[in-house]
Amino acid sequence: MRVSFVVNGSAREVDLPPLTRLLDALRGPLALPGTKEGCGEGECGACTVLLDGEPVNACLVAVAQCEGRVVTTIEGLGDATHLEPLQRCFIDHGGAQCGICTPGMLLAADALLARRPDPSDGEIREALAGNLCRCTGYQRIVESVRQAALLREGGAR
Amino acid sequence: MSTSSPAASVGRNVPRVDGIAKVTGAARYVDDLPSLPGELHGATVRSPVARGRIRSVRLDPSFDWSDVTVVLAADVPHNIVAVITEDQPILAADRVNHAYEPIALVACADRHKLALARERVLVDIEPLPAVLDIPSALAKDPVVWGDDNVMKRYLITKGEAEKAINAAEFEAFVAQHEVVVRGTYTTHHQEQLYIETQGMVAYWDDAGVHVVGSLQCPYYVHKAFTKAFELPAEAIDVAQAVTGGGFGGKEEYPSILALHAALLAKKAGRPVRMIYDRKEDIEATTKRHPCLCEVVTGCDRDGTLRALAMRVVMDGGAYVTLTPVVLSRGTLHAAGAYGWPHVRVESVAVATNTPPNGAFRGFGAPQTIWAIERHMDAIARELKMDPAKLREKNMLRLGDTTATGQKLALSVAADKCLARALEVSGYAEKWARGPVIVGRKARGVGLSLFLHGAGFTGSGERYLKGKVAVDLEPGGRLGIRTGSTDIGQGTETVFRQIAADAAGIGLDAVDFAVPRTTTVPDSGPTVASRTVMVVGSIVEGAAREIGVMVEAERAVGGGSFAAAGDRLLAKGPVSLLRQYQPPDYVVWDDVTYKGDAYPCFGWACDIAEVQVDLDTFEVDVLDFWSATDVGKAIHPVMCKGQIEGGTLQAVGWALWEDVVWRDGRIMNPRLTNYIIPTALDAPPFHIELVEEPFPFGPGGGAKGIGEMPMDGGAPAIAAAVEHATGVVMDSLPLLPERLLAAHGAQRNAS
Repeated sequence: MRVSFVVNGSAREVDLPPLTRLLDALRGPLALPGTKEGCGEGECGACTVLLDGEPVNACLVAVAQCEGRVVTTIEGLGDATHLEPLQRCFIDHGGAQCGICTPGMLLAADALLARRPDPSDGEIREALAGNLCRCTGYQRIVESVRQAALLREGGAR
Repeated sequence: MSTSSPAASVGRNVPRVDGIAKVTGAARYVDDLPSLPGELHGATVRSPVARGRIRSVRLDPSFDWSDVTVVLAADVPHNIVAVITEDQPILAADRVNHAYEPIALVACADRHKLALARERVLVDIEPLPAVLDIPSALAKDPVVWGDDNVMKRYLITKGEAEKAINAAEFEAFVAQHEVVVRGTYTTHHQEQLYIETQGMVAYWDDAGVHVVGSLQCPYYVHKAFTKAFELPAEAIDVAQAVTGGGFGGKEEYPSILALHAALLAKKAGRPVRMIYDRKEDIEATTKRHPCLCEVVTGCDRDGTLRALAMRVVMDGGAYVTLTPVVLSRGTLHAAGAYGWPHVRVESVAVATNTPPNGAFRGFGAPQTIWAIERHMDAIARELKMDPAKLREKNMLRLGDTTATGQKLALSVAADKCLARALEVSGYAEKWARGPVIVGRKARGVGLSLFLHGAGFTGSGERYLKGKVAVDLEPGGRLGIRTGSTDIGQGTETVFRQIAADAAGIGLDAVDFAVPRTTTVPDSGPTVASRTVMVVGSIVEGAAREIGVMVEAERAVGGGSFAAAGDRLLAKGPVSLLRQYQPPDYVVWDDVTYKGDAYPCFGWACDIAEVQVDLDTFEVDVLDFWSATDVGKAIHPVMCKGQIEGGTLQAVGWALWEDVVWRDGRIMNPRLTNYIIPTALDAPPFHIELVEEPFPFGPGGGAKGIGEMPMDGGAPAIAAAVEHATGVVMDSLPLLPERLLAAHGAQRNAS
C-alpha cells in the first residue's frame, strides 16, 4: 500500500503493507533511526513521535493511519547546529544519560510545551508519565523541561 | 603556565560531550547501525523447562531450511562461557538447567521466516525435578549443581567470633548481651531494565572476528571469545556501540549474545545481527540475586552495639556467572555503616534452576544493607529509641575498625551525611510528631545510613592491573584510550574533564576513543563504582605526565602548548600506557577475609517521606532526601543524576518491581506487567552532595558513586511505611497486597 505523509516537513511516500508499524517505516525505508524501540507494546514511550502534533507510540500506529498526516520525529527537532531550547536544556540540566529514551521524551515534552507553555512540575510529570527512563530518576528531566519553558518564554525560540 | 591557561573543568557542569548526538537522534545504538552486506537476523531456541535431559534436537523436515543457518551445541568449538567458573555452556548440549537456556541458534535474512524457523526446531526434553528456591537448594532437594548446590562460601569473624568454633557458639555469646534482637530479612529478584534491550552484530573476515554491540565490558567479551574460539588476542575485535543503559545487566551477559551472533556468523559466512525483544531480554538475561539474611545482635540498653551474627544466603541461579563476587560484596557490607566489636558473617550462594543471576548495580550490597538497616530499626523499636539516634551513636567514624578489621584512616563521612540529611529533611520533628493521618492517608518518615566500598574488593585491583593509554595528538590535543565505557553515566565527559585539568588544557582539546579491544587497552571492567575513582586516576596521572612533557618543551622552545606539542610529535609519537597502582596501605587477605576490603568507602544517608493509603496500602513517596558523600564531584549535575537514578531503581525495587515465577518461568516478562517507576511515581529528589575527599582519587578526591544510591532506598522507605502505619516489613517488595497481609497478621498478633 502506498502511503503519503509529511515527515519532518517533507512530503514522503512509502510502499508497505498497511499494518506495518510506523516505527518500522521510520527506522527502515525512511531511514530515521532516531526513533527507538524499547518494548514494542506501547508501554515505554521510547518510540514516541508526534502525529499531527500529538504524541503517539510509533510501535502502535499502523503506517496506513498516517495517510495525509504530519509526523515529527526527533530528526525533525533542531539539528546539531540549531538546537531547540528543549534539546539544549536536556544537555545542560542532565535530562539525558544513556539517551535511549531521550528522543521520545523530547517529543512528549515538546507537545506539552506547545499546548502548555508554562507547565507546573506536576503537569510535566503527567505529560511524561508514558515515557520510561531508567537512568535519571526523572528529576533532571523535569528540571530540563522547566528550564526550557522559561527559555521559550524568554523568546529564545 | 601561560596566562591563556584554560579554566578548570573539574567541578563544573560542562555540557556532556555525547549530549548533542543524543538529543538530535544522531547517536547510533547497535540496532541503528546500518545493515552490512548480506546481513542475517539471528534468533535463539530456548528451553521451555527449568531442568531436563535433552533427548533430541531435530529440524522439522517439512520446513524449508535452505536459507536458514542453524547452530547447535555440536557446532561450538569450546562450549563454555568463560567468566569465573567453567560451568555454563554457550549452547546446552545434553542437559538444560534453567528455563530459557539457549539450545540452538537460527539465522535468516527474512525476519518473518526466522520467527517461523525458530518454532520448527523441535526440541525434545525429558523434564527432571528442579530446585526453584533457596530452601530447596539448601536442602539439596535435589542436588543440581556440584556436590551440594553450594557455589561459594565466605566467613568474616571479628572479636569473640574469631575464637568461637562455630555459629552456635558465637550466637550463644551474642545472646548474653543486655538486649538481644533477632530478625530475618529477604529480598527478591530485580530486572535491570535498561531501556535499550541487548543487541550485537558479528561478522568474520581475514583478520578474525568482529563484534559491535551494547555492552559495558569489551574485554569480558574478548575473554569469552578467546576461550570459545581459541583465537589470538588481535583476531578478536570487540567494539561498543552507544549503549542505552546497563546497570550491571550488560556486564557479563553480552558475552553470551556476542558468542551466539558470532557462531551464527561463522557458520553462515555472513554478518549476523541479534537484537532481543523485551520479553526475551527479561526472560533470558541476569537479575539481581534474591537473598535471605538471618540476623542476631546483642547491644547494651543504651543502644551501644556489641555483637552481630549474620547468615546470608543468595540464590545464584543455574550457573555461577559473577555470583562469588556478588556474594563477596554482600558479605562485606553486611555489618553496615556501624562499629561492632564482635562480628560473624557467614555467607553462602546456592544454585537453583532459574536463569543465572548476575551483576546489578549495588552487586550484593543492597541485599545485606536491607537486612542490617531493617535490623537497626528493629533494635531501635526494641529500645524505643529514635532510629536516627541509634545510628548516630554507632556509626563508623575516622579511626574505627570495620568487620574485616579495616582501620578507617581517611575519608569517612557517615556523620556528615547523617547530619546533613537530618537537617534538610526536617526528619527529627517529623519523626517525633509520629504519623500524620488525614482521612484514610497516613504519612511517615524513615531513614537509612550506609556505606559502599568503592572499586574492586581487596586485592582485586592488584590482580586486574587496569591500564589506560593517553596520546599526545597534533595541535596540542590529548587522546584517551580506555576500555572503560560510557553507558549513560558520563564517562566520556568526566574523563575529558579529568584529563583536561591534569594536562592544563581545555576540555575541547581532549578526545575519547570508542572502546574497542583492537585499539584500547584493558582498563578492567566498567563496574564496581571504579571507573572514575580507579580508571580516572590512571587517566589523570598519564595526562599530567604528558602535560609536564609539553610544558618542559615549551620552557625550552617557547610557543603555545599546541606548538610545543607538535615539536615533540615531530620527534616521534608521544603515547603513554599507564597501569593502576593501588594505594600502598591496601592490604587484604583473600583467605581469612581480613584487612582493607576497599581502598575507601562512600557514605550516605537517605530519608524518605511516604504517604500510605490505609484502605489500599498503596505507597506514595512524597519526598526523598539523600546526603551522599562522593569524595569530590567532578560534574555535580551528572553526580546528582547518578544518585537520583540509582535511588529510583531502589524505590522501584522496594515498592513495585517483582519478578513473578511459576515452575521456574517468568510470568511477567513485559513492561506491561513488570512495573518500573514513571515520572509520576518518582518522588522529588533532594540531593546533598557531601565531599569528603579520597586523597588517591582524581580531580581532587573523587570516590565511586555508581552503585551506592541503590543501597539505601528500600530500607528508608520500609522505615517510613512503618512510621506511617506501624506495619513492620522485613521482606521486599512492599506491594499493597503484602502490606495488607502483614497489617492483618501483625494486628492479630498484637
